[in-house]
Amino acid sequence: MGCEGVARFWREIPQRYNFIGNKCGSCKRIFFPPRESCPYCRRKSMGNMKEIKLNGKGEIVTYTIIHVSSEDFEDQVPYPIAIVKLDEGPQITAQIVDCNIDDVKIGMKVESTFRKIRQDGSTGAIYYGYKFKKVNKQ
Amino acid sequence: MRDVAVIGVGMTKFGELWDKSFRQLIAEAGAKAIFDSGIEGKEIDAIYVGSMSSGRFVGQEHVGALVADASGFSNTHIPSTRIESACASGGLAIRQGYLSIASGMNDIVVVGGMEKMNDVVGASATETLATAADQEWEAFFGATFPGLYAMIATKHMHDYGTTKKHLAQIAVKNHANGSLNPYAQYQREVTLEQVVNASIVAYPLGLLDCSPVTDGAASVVLCAADKAKEYIDKPAKIVGSGQASDSLALHARREICTLDSTVNASKMAYKKANLTPKDIDFAEVHDCFTIAEICAIEDLGFVKKGEGGKAIDNNITTLNGLLPINTSGGLKAKGHPVGATGVAQIVEVTLQLRGEAEKRQVKDAKIGLAHNVGGSGASCTVHILEAM
Ligand SMILES: [Zn+2]
Repeated sequence: MGCEGVARFWREIPQRYNFIGNKCGSCKRIFFPPRESCPYCRRKSMGNMKEIKLNGKGEIVTYTIIHVSSEDFEDQVPYPIAIVKLDEGPQITAQIVDCNIDDVKIGMKVESTFRKIRQDGSTGAIYYGYKFKKVNKQ
Repeated sequence: MRDVAVIGVGMTKFGELWDKSFRQLIAEAGAKAIFDSGIEGKEIDAIYVGSMSSGRFVGQEHVGALVADASGFSNTHIPSTRIESACASGGLAIRQGYLSIASGMNDIVVVGGMEKMNDVVGASATETLATAADQEWEAFFGATFPGLYAMIATKHMHDYGTTKKHLAQIAVKNHANGSLNPYAQYQREVTLEQVVNASIVAYPLGLLDCSPVTDGAASVVLCAADKAKEYIDKPAKIVGSGQASDSLALHARREICTLDSTVNASKMAYKKANLTPKDIDFAEVHDCFTIAEICAIEDLGFVKKGEGGKAIDNNITTLNGLLPINTSGGLKAKGHPVGATGVAQIVEVTLQLRGEAEKRQVKDAKIGLAHNVGGSGASCTVHILEAM
């Protein structure tokens, strides 16, 4: 993956940095990443999709601990990856950080945190995005 | 729509084939299938070939023309089409060949599938397989391909009480079947302890829960069913064919433990065949990981959702069970040269229906099913074959 141009990363920055999704004006469903049109309303949703900022909170639907990664993530293994269901509805895939690997559980409440995802070699581009950490009960 | 039959099958041995090139593999499988069918060669109207990622694995695209050339058909100028749908490329190639005959466009076509995965180093093969996942929204964040199936496994264990031992028993069964298949990459048995104690790839999946990196090719000759017996005594009729799609990313699915692409492709195939899951005598299913076989037998309707793990406890899916699954050894033991897999499944089902599966022959095999999945379930084909 090291041979990709940086534009491929740069164009997804609004979503990956700020959790910008969108909402169908017809059925009110929320999508992340944003969609061109709503797969449920189709024609009715055209020109009727509104940008919306998600709160970055959710719950773990399922998870794994990656022990054998791609080359880009070798310096991070073992690391937990989860599917997180966001409060607004969409599900996403992200790393879980700042906790003991054994503490990751289905149903755990998590919130997003802005982190470095990986780096191309020691001098290459650094890629940022969201990871999730456990919500501490107040 | 016309009926379509398989009149010839052939495959290379699956494994780490250091001495054979990409084009040698497909030429060998194609020649074997054509020889088996009894056709001369000049009757062939078209070629369809499944290959997932020849560009990344061997730096060669334009595979349709290459296969026609390598197989000696560049001088007949017949159309040759490459099909890509990740690990379901072979199944889709079968379906395209099937549709071209069913439509009346062609009478005889050769379908091939291949992948040469060992010409790149291991990490590069892993990365190429990960291109079947969503690059922007899964792989970017560190998800691997085994990791996606591992997340299905974690959820299945949580929701239905499936255990790591259930998963391991699938590997044990498929290796036992593979030990009876001279074409399999692994012709050796493994023990439950070996599978459970293997190093972890992505929790809860260990090394022996995963299908290997494999070189290999497979091919079949398809023919309009009413002409099939002119060439061969025991054709196998394709009585049902289905294909379906789903979201590229696992996280966007309706349900993590259900592959809706499998559910929908199988419904389409059962309907065309006018059959139900109860009518199936044996099946080759897409066990790229042990958990995938559990989901497959549920989503194909053989057992209820959540009971796929227990089926192995009750020996239902072993070679001598009520519904033998993956008699060839499956992707797990036979090997998984991604583009070849869907075609190799049709080879195994046909051999079983002809009564030519030797030591792994299923008794009274009349109706068989083949199930091929792309990625973590974004595409799927299901074919049902019946002895003629
Ligand atoms: Zn809508």
